[in-house]
Amino acid sequence: MSEPIVELTNIVKRFGNVAALRGVSLKVFRGEVLGLIGDNGAGKSTLIKTLAGVHPPDEGEIRIRGQHVSPWNAAAARDSGVETVFQDRALAPQHSIVTNIFMGREITGRLGFIDHARQIQEAGRLMREIGFTSKVFNPESTVGLLSGGERQGVAIARALYNEADVIVLDEPTTALSLTETQKVFNFVRTVQASGRSVVFIGHNIYHVYDIADRFVVIDRGAVAFEARKSDFGDADELIHVMHELAETGTTDHRVAG
Amino acid sequence: MAQEAEVSGFRRFWRRNQRAANSLFTFLAIWGIFTALNPALFTNWVTYNAIFLTLPITIFLVTTLVFVIVSGELDLAFPSVMGFSGWMFVLAYTAGVPPFPAMIFAVACGAAMGFGIGALVVYGQLSSLVATLGLNFLIRGIINIGAQGRAISASDLRDTTTYAVFAERFFLFPNQMYWAIAWIIFCTILFRSHRFGIRVQLVGDNPESAAQMGVNVKRTRMMVFAFSGLGAGLAGVFAIFVNFVWWPTNGDGTLLPALAAVFVGGTPTWGGIGTVVGGAIGALTVGFIESGVVGVGFSGYYVQFFFGLIIILSIIAHRFSGKRVR
Repeated sequence: MSEPIVELTNIVKRFGNVAALRGVSLKVFRGEVLGLIGDNGAGKSTLIKTLAGVHPPDEGEIRIRGQHVSPWNAAAARDSGVETVFQDRALAPQHSIVTNIFMGREITGRLGFIDHARQIQEAGRLMREIGFTSKVFNPESTVGLLSGGERQGVAIARALYNEADVIVLDEPTTALSLTETQKVFNFVRTVQASGRSVVFIGHNIYHVYDIADRFVVIDRGAVAFEARKSDFGDADELIHVMHELAETGTTDHRVAG
Repeated sequence: MAQEAEVSGFRRFWRRNQRAANSLFTFLAIWGIFTALNPALFTNWVTYNAIFLTLPITIFLVTTLVFVIVSGELDLAFPSVMGFSGWMFVLAYTAGVPPFPAMIFAVACGAAMGFGIGALVVYGQLSSLVATLGLNFLIRGIINIGAQGRAISASDLRDTTTYAVFAERFFLFPNQMYWAIAWIIFCTILFRSHRFGIRVQLVGDNPESAAQMGVNVKRTRMMVFAFSGLGAGLAGVFAIFVNFVWWPTNGDGTLLPALAAVFVGGTPTWGGIGTVVGGAIGALTVGFIESGVVGVGFSGYYVQFFFGLIIILSIIAHRFSGKRVR
């Protein structure tokens, strides 16, 4: 396999006396879809927020394209080419689609003045790129008036703008209709086809199994299991592994070296 | 997006300025009623002279306060910051500093004080309402202890070029009004078209989302308080240009009218959105009620009654500007 784009080594994150992450090491390779799965409270969300720079790690190292990045925060993560579509979508509902797409990444001219015309143009382009178009809204529509799927579209368009190397999708299909879920899958495949990587977090194992090339199971704040899709016959085998891990903390499922 | 939902220029303009327009309609309605009741008085330009002399002071306070409210915070310390900045101005001026550098110094003091207030609120993780209320008393206390109740005169200020530039009369208005209008334009551009203004709105709308997207929420909030301090500093200096005397109570009476002007102007209490122009119109409305009520023949006892009535009616009117979307 090629050099990893993202490499987390021995990441520890504590909240008071509780260690939410206990030495997590994880690699994301170019062009892959990595499925991150685990039970509620396993540490998936903390890991994603750490990767997104929202929770800087207490210990451990984060390397992007082989380079150690410090300090690691949300702005540094985005600057390094890691974009996250959060489960809550991280939107400002009282503002327009275009303002949300460029949140924290405004297109500015000299002295920090916003280039409104270019932002609207770019927002339109991004929305067309992901098939996020409608007769009832435009880039200046208020986000709070959009449906859940449409809001997901705004968050995805935002993640695309920076031409990020890695796009992290945190529970992207939760509360979406079948059609909207299919749109998210199409988006993931488009991103992968362009040579970029996706980290896909989901509760629905069938969704994750369908879309991912590789799986990492998080359990009690640590990586419990890693495997490629070729190591399983179907999604049920992966579910069986997760049951074993939950009950015994280990699995006898064999993976190819 | 040309092929998608097209929004006409007028609709877009209306949507962006609905709150400011509503506050303008409120003002025009009040003005219309007062003028109908006493046409001779309210069609005479002289009536407005006193308003235009003091209105800029409120405008400097209100326009910057809009940023604070939109950011989801509250600043109740601006009256004492205004008093402190005015104090610094007269102290510097009477110590021999030329008026313009003294003015810059005083405004910088206001901004620095605002920054300090912001740092305390943000890094102390304090409620801005309670912290700034306490700081308002604390700073006023420092002023009282320092000044020992004594006023400071700067009567020869009127002979200076700085006064001529900032406070003489040109054409219809005192110069303060032109500076206040320039300030409103500056604040509007800052609010709508500068990264700072956009981030203030985003932080007020959803601070968690803004932080997740890499916006420095703490720095934005501190800058908002610094900006409020800067506005209070300008107000403190311009108050001296009106009376040529600084009193230790300078700024004391501005708290409630300035806050009322923000809300009458159409900035909602919940943060995230607001209007600078609406705030300025709110300042005009609030300033006009005081002289207007007496002008139509009511005694001064009615001022507060009408003041309250108009605030309540304005807030009800702004409900039609749209509810909060989540």
